[in-house]
Amino acid sequence: MKVDLTVNGSAMSADVEPRTLLVHLIRDDLDLTGTNVGCDTSSCGACTVHVNGESVKSCTMFAVQAQGLEITTIEGMAADDGTLHPMQEAFRQCHGLQCGYCTPGMVMAATSLLKQNPSPSEAEVREGLEGNLCRCTGYHNIVKSVMSAAGGA
Amino acid sequence: MIPAAFDYVTADSADAAIAALTEHGDEAKLLAGGHSLIPLMKFRLATPSVLIDIGRLSDLSYIKEDGDQVAVGAMTTHRAIENSDVLKAQLPMLAHVAGQVGDPSVRHRGTLGGSIAHGDPASDLPAALLALGGSVVVKGPNGERTIAADDFFTGFLETALAPDELMTELRFPKMPDAKWSYQKFNRRAQDWAIVGVAAVTNPMNTSVALVNMGAMPLRAEAVEAALQGGASAADAAAKAGDGMSPPTDLNADANYRNALAQTLVARALAETGA
Repeated sequence: MKVDLTVNGSAMSADVEPRTLLVHLIRDDLDLTGTNVGCDTSSCGACTVHVNGESVKSCTMFAVQAQGLEITTIEGMAADDGTLHPMQEAFRQCHGLQCGYCTPGMVMAATSLLKQNPSPSEAEVREGLEGNLCRCTGYHNIVKSVMSAAGGA
Repeated sequence: MIPAAFDYVTADSADAAIAALTEHGDEAKLLAGGHSLIPLMKFRLATPSVLIDIGRLSDLSYIKEDGDQVAVGAMTTHRAIENSDVLKAQLPMLAHVAGQVGDPSVRHRGTLGGSIAHGDPASDLPAALLALGGSVVVKGPNGERTIAADDFFTGFLETALAPDELMTELRFPKMPDAKWSYQKFNRRAQDWAIVGVAAVTNPMNTSVALVNMGAMPLRAEAVEAALQGGASAADAAAKAGDGMSPPTDLNADANYRNALAQTLVARALAETGA
């Protein structure tokens, strides 16, 4: 089944089975492997991408449901000249990552959070990222990164 | 995890969805936000041979005041409910409970209609529907009917929705002044409730619904009857486990759930002043 969608600003299309999950379309068909598969049960958030600007767990959406929609993955965050997105830069400056596996999902969830709540409290950041797990338990610096990106720290 | 193969059709109107359900019968499932159905399909606990995608029926996504009721379209996302000014004013418990479902990314996709139609006894929103005395509007080949919340849940993941019917709307009586409480007890962020309690106190009565205390979303009838009969909140709360058959799982056994239900009902009633 043919799916036409916009990924990181470019029109793309792929031929997929209806049961293909969005995360597999992104990773296997479009070769954008920054988006990770973690728990595969919509708990961990490693697969978080933006669908029409809002964070979504791409392991819990069929690729065919993305027909005509705009997807942004971690590869679409930096500027064309390679300048990191402010959230990526904040993670870098605040050492918001250890092994890095959760990081793409964290960055996508955190940017979606700030879009809805540009000046969150620390508690709101923790609550807002409750769907993203860091197995290194590096939450302290992740929260610091998001607060820094929001201009609050 | 990859679901079993299925045929995929999209419905561009409620009538098209009903026609597709009529054509494919029991083999078909409606796909709304997918956040209950897709996990079941990935575990192969559900293997529908046809999925009818109603995700594009944006005309079923709305929150509007209608006299002494608020009507919420079945495809309205948890996120939209959580942030609705109308609901915050008229049914603050519903807005609050929608914000307790899963996590923000889940709430961007999950829908009220999907959660209610799934009928999971461990879900938050069915208990809110019961405690608020809501009703469910469904449409089938023979027209529309309205089902009271109390008649909607019929068994484990079973509802009064017929195989050829589409849920279109949820209706709730406005209660801007009701005292309410939602108690969700879980051990980790974003988990389902081990037990949950939704309580609503109006001048004339208090309704109490329980999460994860049986095969389906339930009213705590013994608690409600005790309160109606003049019992104290503490005595009424002690009856929270009466007539219940709570599940035993890795989190808690049935006795623990009974005790937890009593504690949470007591806390909820203290909050509503019942």
